[in-house]
Amino acid sequence: MNGGDEVVTAPAGPPQPLDWKFSQVFGERTAGEEVQEVDIISAIEFDKTGDHLATGDRGGRVVLFERTDTKDHDALRRDLERMDHPINRHPEFRYKTEFQSHEPEFDYLKSLEIEEKINKIRWCQTANGALFLLSTNDKTIKFWKVQEKKVKKISEMNLDPPKAVGNGCVASSSNSNSPTPCLANGGSPDNDFSFPPGGLPSLRLPVVTSQETNLVARCRRVYAHAHDYHINSISNNSDGETFISADDLRINLWNLEISNQSFNIVDVKPANMEDLTEVITSAEFHPTHCNMLAYSSSKGSIRLIDLRQSALCDSHAKLFEEPEAPGSRSFFTEIIASISDIKFAKDGRYMLSRDYMTLKLWDINMDSGPVSTFQVHEYLRPKLCDLYENDSIFDKFECCLSGDGLRVATGSYSNLFRVFGCAPGSTEATTLEASKNPVRRQVQTPSRPSRSLSSITRVVRRGAETSGIDANGNSFDFTTKLLHLAWHPTENSIACAAANSLYMYYA
Amino acid sequence: MSMIEEPLYPIAVLIDELKNEDIQLRLNSIRRLSTIARALGEERTRKELIPFLSENNDDDDEVLLAMAEELGVFIPYVGGVEYANVLLPPLETLCTVEETCVRDKAVESLCRIGAQMREQDLVEYFIPLVKRLAAGEWFTARVSSCGLFHIAYPSAPEALKTELRAIYSQLCQDDMPMVRRSAATNLGKFAATVEAPHLKVDIMSMFDDLTHDDQDSVRLLAVEGCAALGKLLEPQDCVAHFLPVIVNFSQDKSWRVRYMVANQLYELCEAVGPEPTRSELVPAYVRLLRDNEAEVRIAAAGKVTKFCRILNPELAIQHILPCVKELSTDSSQHVRSALASVIMGMAPVLGKDATIEQLLPIFLSLLKDEFPDVRLNIISKLDQVNQVIGIDLLSQSLLPAIVELAEDRHWRVRLAIIEYIPLLASQLGVGFFDDKLGALCMQWLKDKVYSIRDAAANNVKRLAEEFGPDWAMQHIVPQVLDMINNPHYLYRMTILHAISLLAPVMGSDITCSKLLPVVINASKDRVPNIKFNVAKVLQSLIPIVDQSVVEKTIRPCLVELSEDPDVDVRFFATQALESCNQVMMS
Repeated sequence: MNGGDEVVTAPAGPPQPLDWKFSQVFGERTAGEEVQEVDIISAIEFDKTGDHLATGDRGGRVVLFERTDTKDHDALRRDLERMDHPINRHPEFRYKTEFQSHEPEFDYLKSLEIEEKINKIRWCQTANGALFLLSTNDKTIKFWKVQEKKVKKISEMNLDPPKAVGNGCVASSSNSNSPTPCLANGGSPDNDFSFPPGGLPSLRLPVVTSQETNLVARCRRVYAHAHDYHINSISNNSDGETFISADDLRINLWNLEISNQSFNIVDVKPANMEDLTEVITSAEFHPTHCNMLAYSSSKGSIRLIDLRQSALCDSHAKLFEEPEAPGSRSFFTEIIASISDIKFAKDGRYMLSRDYMTLKLWDINMDSGPVSTFQVHEYLRPKLCDLYENDSIFDKFECCLSGDGLRVATGSYSNLFRVFGCAPGSTEATTLEASKNPVRRQVQTPSRPSRSLSSITRVVRRGAETSGIDANGNSFDFTTKLLHLAWHPTENSIACAAANSLYMYYA
Repeated sequence: MSMIEEPLYPIAVLIDELKNEDIQLRLNSIRRLSTIARALGEERTRKELIPFLSENNDDDDEVLLAMAEELGVFIPYVGGVEYANVLLPPLETLCTVEETCVRDKAVESLCRIGAQMREQDLVEYFIPLVKRLAAGEWFTARVSSCGLFHIAYPSAPEALKTELRAIYSQLCQDDMPMVRRSAATNLGKFAATVEAPHLKVDIMSMFDDLTHDDQDSVRLLAVEGCAALGKLLEPQDCVAHFLPVIVNFSQDKSWRVRYMVANQLYELCEAVGPEPTRSELVPAYVRLLRDNEAEVRIAAAGKVTKFCRILNPELAIQHILPCVKELSTDSSQHVRSALASVIMGMAPVLGKDATIEQLLPIFLSLLKDEFPDVRLNIISKLDQVNQVIGIDLLSQSLLPAIVELAEDRHWRVRLAIIEYIPLLASQLGVGFFDDKLGALCMQWLKDKVYSIRDAAANNVKRLAEEFGPDWAMQHIVPQVLDMINNPHYLYRMTILHAISLLAPVMGSDITCSKLLPVVINASKDRVPNIKFNVAKVLQSLIPIVDQSVVEKTIRPCLVELSEDPDVDVRFFATQALESCNQVMMS
């Protein structure tokens, strides 16, 4: 076993812990305001450049935000140069637009209600300044194009717009209101007309004026009827032409341009449903290798599959599992082992997984166990019974990695989220609250030396909470959970969702 | 506001609706762009309409697609080939939109226009356009540019040609996989226009880049074009530069790449000549036939005949046939099915002896395959089978397979076999048919599934056509008419349908003496559905039988039905009576 070397041989010492500051909040609740169920945020995603941010909510809406601080950068440069001290620029976003992505539906064949809740959003390749994204609820994936459109006003026409002069209704149909009947466009064949060789001078083309623009979101494609179970993930391939969608038992491969067929590439459904022991919980394509994808399971394992190997990838190329510690088995072992989210790091070498108690970082070249494990909820271990009773134990927390791969973050209860340094030797472990004062309740955990477990390949980092009571003596609130968060792709900035509010922090 | 005189009104509407809010109306206007152009005249089309279209290009994709298509055939409306260049700007913009189908159409139209343009115009307008697109900021423009090089290249002067090749090479290494895919797709077309010396150097190095791409999708397309490229090279160059690449691909890690090779390989044999085929391509093909991935074997199996045709018989028997034998018992039904659909084509290649000795056992085992698709594929190539093994051998082995398929529990399989029955009958002859298949045909008339009964009725008619009325009188008509007494009305209805189909084939005499009485009898049925179907059948019999029979037998029956308590029966009876009257009049 030489895996321990990787941790020990840190090159130039770990980066300094970050000092997190509040940046922005959208949809902040006033005191005592009740949260509407439909407003609760259910998905957050930055695009590849980090210039845009999308959130989805339980009401089936997608809200887009755009970055403001880079756009006017040039204009402000001179002002900045006059100032003596450097200004710490951090990403700032403003509301861009929103659209209704999904509506509640009813499946009459199965007598099932299909919620409109957005489960996942993924950005696609930008083209010609138009934004493209995929959004999905439990059953249906949609491909959206958001684009600025010119508002057209037609000022000159051949025919008087009837009765419209003066009330501004210029562009009304000239056809339906025209005094002479039966002249519908396209009604008579071409050869009815005979024209003089020079053309008809009295005809003229409409003149379009006014160049105002507004944002229009159009649904370009609907990928439906391919999932019997609830879709938990969608993920774009690096080839820019395909994506996958995963439900509890199957993963399907789609071409973005073809919505009426998909290929099933993973199927874990047993012949007899009573033999079912494991379901797919999350799936993601490798960021650069178009043939690789990883999916996680309810048993705590991650499988890496190679699409090149065969058409149906039921046999994995690699299996990542943490060997169970002997003697620690309990009723909850399997439940808390279930992985709620996996993410590839940008370089594609590391994968981050989140289970109920921990974050785990895996090296795709090492399938014997995680490179590091970060305790997120260790303090809840004595309370697992209560958490099981109130179903909290099944909460699906997401996780994210920073663009440089040096830090990881995940959510917790009481609207808290935690940031860990994952560079070798780093002891960084910060707890932040999704509020305007993120460090208000931060627990100052004394730096303890890292405890080595029996296996030297795994180093458990500090950061384990001491009790279920935080520093201020408040007990944790299981109803306010921070499930969704995303790390800006290039900067140290985190967007996280506390119920209906979107909080943003920077460091 | 201008005054528009009456005759111009429709055309004015058409023009105004280019900018209507309703997309359908805009689409209609765009579809009739040529009418608008003719009304405006060539000059104003050039100076006003085309710039107008160029400016208004943020329309919906449906409208843009239509515009891209219309502009492709617009040369006559702008004043002929010498003005063709005015059409380029709007199409250039359309080449950059996000929607793939619009871009593809715009490229297609540009190619169409470019192919007609004068050489100096190509140099002055078309080539700069290609260069602009290839340097486009967004990948969409660069994707489109790849499809235009083969038009631009031939008329370019030498220096420009070098530049174009360099640009294409750049596109083959673009950051965006979409652009590289487009470059790979269009490489064959471009290569066909490039001079031989450059082909060997420049194009081959581009091909090399593409085949080493880290995106599978790019490599796949490079492989897809390799056959076209291989044919452009001299055989010795092809062997030296191309063959190693292909052989490598046939062992690629990605099954999709191997799948593509399996589909293309036979075409390359022609390009490289017989000796390298024997030494390199046959082993490669054999590997593909034995690939781990079923999809690859399916593709390889489907090409087995085409491949064998290129080889000499010894090679085919020695190398390919053993694989074919293995494939006939492949674990994947789809592989066997693909093999079954082409295997008979191997017979002429192998010659009679090898066919009887080696191919026939394979063929027979496929005919007994547990999956109906495989058996169906064999039976559908029956004509080829017959030529090779002769009718006796065929009938012995065929019959059990047919009987089994005829009773398959999937109705689509039964349907498929019914469609082949007339063909079988014509090939096997009357004698064989009488003994074995006649009973099956009757049985289908009583099938539980409507589509089968319907097809069975049709089948009875086609058999009567094949073997003639005399035979039908003996072997079909009595049995069919017998079934009119079936207790279930749906089956009785099938018989009525069969009668209406048989009548024209059997002719007036038999219809009057045998069929008509049965129909008349059925008019007393207790089920209204039967009765109105009787009315319909009677109507169809009117033109077949004699006028006197209509008056004496059909009309009284219809009159009676037209007073039926059931409204539908009355309706169809009345309709049939009207037909009677019409015949009377004429």
